[in-house]
Amino acid sequence: MNIHEYQGKELLRRYGVAVLDGHVAWTAEEAEAAARKLPGPIYVVKSQIHAGGRGAGRFTDDPNGKGGVRLAKSPEEARAAAEAMIGHTLVTKQTGPEGKLVSRVYVEAGCDIARELYLSLLLDRETSRIVIMASTEGGMEIEEVAEHQPEKILKVHVDPATGFSGWHGRKLAFALGLEGKQVNSFVKFVEAMYRAYVELDCAIVEVNPLVVTKAGEVVALDAKVSFDDNALFRHKDLEALRDDSEMDPKELDAVTHELNYVALDGEIGCMVNGAGLAMATMDIIKLYGSSPANFLDVGGTADAARVTEAFRIITSDANVKGILVNIFGGIAKCDMIAEGIVAASKNLDLKVPLVVRLEGTNVELGKKILAESGLKIIPADNLADAAQKAVAAVKGA
Amino acid sequence: MAILVDKNTKVMTQGFTGAQGTFHASQGIAYGSNYVGGVTPGKGGTMHPTLNLPVFNTVAECREKTGADASVIYVPAAFAADSIMEAIDAEVPLIICITEGIPVLDMVRVKRALGGSKSILVGPNCPGVITPEACKIGIMPGHIHRRGSVGIVSRSGTLTYEAVAQTTAAGLGQSSCVGIGGDPVKGMDFVDVLELFLRDDETKSLIMIGEIGGQSEILAAEFLARENFGPGKPNKPVVGFIAGATAPPGRRMGHAGAVISGGKDTAEAKMEAMRSAGIHVADSPASLGSTMVRALKG
Repeated sequence: MNIHEYQGKELLRRYGVAVLDGHVAWTAEEAEAAARKLPGPIYVVKSQIHAGGRGAGRFTDDPNGKGGVRLAKSPEEARAAAEAMIGHTLVTKQTGPEGKLVSRVYVEAGCDIARELYLSLLLDRETSRIVIMASTEGGMEIEEVAEHQPEKILKVHVDPATGFSGWHGRKLAFALGLEGKQVNSFVKFVEAMYRAYVELDCAIVEVNPLVVTKAGEVVALDAKVSFDDNALFRHKDLEALRDDSEMDPKELDAVTHELNYVALDGEIGCMVNGAGLAMATMDIIKLYGSSPANFLDVGGTADAARVTEAFRIITSDANVKGILVNIFGGIAKCDMIAEGIVAASKNLDLKVPLVVRLEGTNVELGKKILAESGLKIIPADNLADAAQKAVAAVKGA
Repeated sequence: MAILVDKNTKVMTQGFTGAQGTFHASQGIAYGSNYVGGVTPGKGGTMHPTLNLPVFNTVAECREKTGADASVIYVPAAFAADSIMEAIDAEVPLIICITEGIPVLDMVRVKRALGGSKSILVGPNCPGVITPEACKIGIMPGHIHRRGSVGIVSRSGTLTYEAVAQTTAAGLGQSSCVGIGGDPVKGMDFVDVLELFLRDDETKSLIMIGEIGGQSEILAAEFLARENFGPGKPNKPVVGFIAGATAPPGRRMGHAGAVISGGKDTAEAKMEAMRSAGIHVADSPASLGSTMVRALKG
């Protein structure tokens, strides 16, 4: 789960991570009032969306104007900047061409920047440990640094048995060329970030840029925080930070029905059991010359009700010209799935061709239910047959 | 021979009296595997209500009384890491965790506990391990398997079934099938399983099925290039497939581990690494069996 910058900073502040003072604002008036609470004379007004590249991004109604992060020299200027952001759509490198609607801004105090660095904590799959990553190339996208200047990325891994230790921080601090009181400020910063990462079950905490002020303090200028979805059950308070407006409405709908759904831009809707088979089904549709409208893993415990919900979500996508159901029953039972398909077809008045491939547990029973239903279902014998028939059906339509 | 499990394997179940533990233990028993008992804390000293096998409070006690040498875990995600660590402490040689949705930082601790221990872990978030016609541990449908010569290792459950069905249909059958699971931090990885398959006489050829995300398929390809192919090496034919060629970057595709995050963890990069290692890459998930038949003809 992703959260906004201002929410991330608020959480990090609780763990002792140094962040600048700031206030969230939902209207231009609130932005002006927020600025008045800050010392000035410089304010930064930042669009709050779940995507990076905001500063270089542009608003759809003002493509030649300023970006999604603006400096203001007075509370009135902060108000004007907020006015230009709230209710407008911001397009950045990470939002895709459709952009994201800005519903709120963060008004933050300015600071004297001496250096910009990069710092993040994330899981390193290769070592199965938390890795602390730092770079002198603050403000740049870390993927680009990794590609063009990999030697500029510094890493230390933390042994979960011992946890964070001062040397982790010092090793990075000296490699980054920090000196004097900057070193201790940095070590304290990283230690606080590590504590936040572990205690909140984060997936990533990224501070880019991390700023060294002229006074020698280390401060987070930006913060990207996301959480391990699997661990949210033990952080009920974090649920309040979820911003549903950042999600695709169909994906949001799917989450509430325990379906694993990702919207794509193709024409064949897919309903599959198992994530790997669901991806492979998308791949084979492409191989036969069409493209998938979605990824959907209906799960092993799917019953008729959940299959109906899955069909409803798939068909709510206007691009869907045909549906391919691919089930290899292990835990999932083909007869249950077949009953769901029959119920869904009747309830939803399906208008697009439906290709169904059933295999595995209770397959004969499932095929019988479909055959006796009187529905216009195109049965398929195997994966290749199913994909070919689905592609032929949408091309013929 | 086969790998990891055979007809002598004594299987215990953690989360034994729960719905999942009960159902899949009964399926394993029906398949002919040797299930000996299980653990449900608080129900020790009783018999399982339907399976007529003893229930114990702790893994150590179950292992001591039954001689179990493999434990399968169906405990809910919030408690699964604790169950794995209890099995490690009890020195269970083979631990198979089926549970999906374990917090990744829990698995980071489990992984640390595995280091230097007497246990190996398969999973979590996996279908389990089967040696056809001998021992079934996990949630896979037993009837699609036939004992034979292909060793299968996969990150995905249902896609493993696809490989099984196709190699059964091709008349090849399987020596053993290992689902390593879709999580970013897990027990055995491709390389660990491939190493066992290369040493196993019954395994004449291999299928490995990967996904987008992470580097383990690339490490596996490098391992096979080094240890399998070349003069004096086993030279077992290998067929590979990577799911997710059409997946958009940055989106988690169901599995916690299936997300393209860098540049080298795409399906294309992995397939290229496999090809250059000498692996026959199936262009379609429907042609795993036919690609293997071609590979065996040389």
